[in-house]
Amino acid sequence: MASNSRFSRVAASTGEWFNYRAGGMTTWWNRHAAQYYAPKNFNVWYYFGSLAMFVLVNQIVTGIWLTMNYKPSAAEAFASVEYIMRDVEWGWLIRYLHSTGASAFFAVIYLHMFRAMLYGSYQKPRELVWVLGMVIFLVSMAEGFFGYVLPWGQMSYWGAQVITSLFGAIPFVGEALVEFIRGDYLISDATLNRFFALHVVALPLVLLLLVYLHLMALHEVGSNNPEGVDIKKQIGADKVPLDGIPFHPYYTVKDSFGVAFFLILFAFIIFFEPTLGGWFLEHDNFTEANPLVTPEHIKPVWYFTPYYAMLRAIPDKLFGVVVMGAAVMILFLVPWLDRSPVRALRHRPLLAKLMLGLFALSFILLGWLGAVPPTDNKTLLAQVLTFYYFAFFIAMPFWSRIGPFGTVPDRVTYGH
Amino acid sequence: MAELEVNESTVDPGRRRFLTATCAVVGGIGAVFAAVPFVKSWQPSARAELAGAPVTIDISKLEPGQRLMLGSNVPQWRGQPIWIIRRTPDVLQTLPTLADQLRDASSENEDQQPEYARNEYRSIKPEILVLVGICTHLGCSPLFEGKLEPKPYDSEWKGGFFCPCHGSKFDMAGRVYKGVPAPYNLKVPPYMYLDDTTIVVGVNPDQAA
Repeated sequence: MASNSRFSRVAASTGEWFNYRAGGMTTWWNRHAAQYYAPKNFNVWYYFGSLAMFVLVNQIVTGIWLTMNYKPSAAEAFASVEYIMRDVEWGWLIRYLHSTGASAFFAVIYLHMFRAMLYGSYQKPRELVWVLGMVIFLVSMAEGFFGYVLPWGQMSYWGAQVITSLFGAIPFVGEALVEFIRGDYLISDATLNRFFALHVVALPLVLLLLVYLHLMALHEVGSNNPEGVDIKKQIGADKVPLDGIPFHPYYTVKDSFGVAFFLILFAFIIFFEPTLGGWFLEHDNFTEANPLVTPEHIKPVWYFTPYYAMLRAIPDKLFGVVVMGAAVMILFLVPWLDRSPVRALRHRPLLAKLMLGLFALSFILLGWLGAVPPTDNKTLLAQVLTFYYFAFFIAMPFWSRIGPFGTVPDRVTYGH
Repeated sequence: MAELEVNESTVDPGRRRFLTATCAVVGGIGAVFAAVPFVKSWQPSARAELAGAPVTIDISKLEPGQRLMLGSNVPQWRGQPIWIIRRTPDVLQTLPTLADQLRDASSENEDQQPEYARNEYRSIKPEILVLVGICTHLGCSPLFEGKLEPKPYDSEWKGGFFCPCHGSKFDMAGRVYKGVPAPYNLKVPPYMYLDDTTIVVGVNPDQAA
């Protein structure tokens, strides 16, 4: 498709100018986009990786704009957020893009992680990709927590109070550690200031580096696919995987479509229900922090509630904290816990499908339980679900081995 | 089972180019609209606009030869120094005699004063001068040297303003002298009289509510 328009000639000569001086740029682009061959059978689950990056960019851009008017001081923070919402031109939109974006980020990340569990994407040789992704998840949790403290509302304050108190459960050094984290004897201006520094400078830098490493590790081994076929085993005459298509333009275009669809949902929430009935921004957070009055019902934002439910379900302080921490950390081990000879769930037996289905259900139920006030029955249910959550992983080396397994085809096929 | 095969001979380049161009145009328009909130949020906020609202000043205690500075003992207007000066009769008499020493004696530059202050005294009432006290060179605030007495920078000083930063000189109507760095006369802000002794800075007489 030869195009002789003036624009394409200018573009070509500009490209040559740079290529002569920095040829590595083209090599880099080819390696990671134009000649990065991804399996041609990506389905809807494969949107969430690029969507996560898209939302991350949204968080960085809107975050930069928010810092232009936000005051990281206990005396001024709450009023400065109200100032952004009421007086700054378009401030309400930028703030809601950021606060809704945080929830969107976790929604996308959870779906992205579930995709990996559906198709065994963490299996050899992609263990490093999974582990780097888990580190991103962990850092994002810290980022989300610090960010939620900044508006200095009641839930910011008491959330920070509860989360920092968790470290007090550690034997011997706990109390000193809590004081060290807070920089004061209580959650105060000093705490807010350091959380601000971590939220806007330190953790975003770490996140960007991790995302880069996550992608580089992926491109080293290549993407998995819904069939679990190893496309690198079937190479064509042009030394390109027969079932691979270049990421650019095929998946850049497909992912743009995903972004457009995502933006429709995202815009709908921002314009019509930015707090999502208290799930994305809790009602108590529209009251300024008051160290003397605790809100009646403290709960974290929805993306932490599954783990919060586990914390509450355990009647012992230290053991509760250990269980909550272990619930996140055990995810790191998934590549070594899964002993299935096939990757994709579609080639695994009913047992595996049942186990994963129940796991997803228990995670969602725990998320609900962590958000509502506890009753005896609910605590009992949370204990049962917590037990299943851990049983799923601890027993994985045994149940994942049990067949019968389907045959994984050599080539990617579209069965109808 | 159907294989996905891209056959180059079935590619329609015209249609492909059309789709690429329309997607790029629609996406580009979307990007421009998405940029609007980010650009506009740099505009003065409602709070800043409120701080820029007109201010009312009582000048009944202003004696001839004195200057009232907005910002020091009365509310600011847009955070800028506003000077209100009651000029003496002998100062007013010297003003018309300075014309050939000034860059813009008859206030030709329309940006530097409202239409109703475009006269030889650059004011509504001859004796009351209202100025934005910011040098038109690089934004320093000139010194008020109201007396007719010899100065190091001018042995025949007729009274006016001297900028200590780069030596610009202005007469008692805020008109800039020739041979100094400042290009324009000092700015006269929009203002009006509520009554004989009350001035509102920041609003034109015909905009009064």
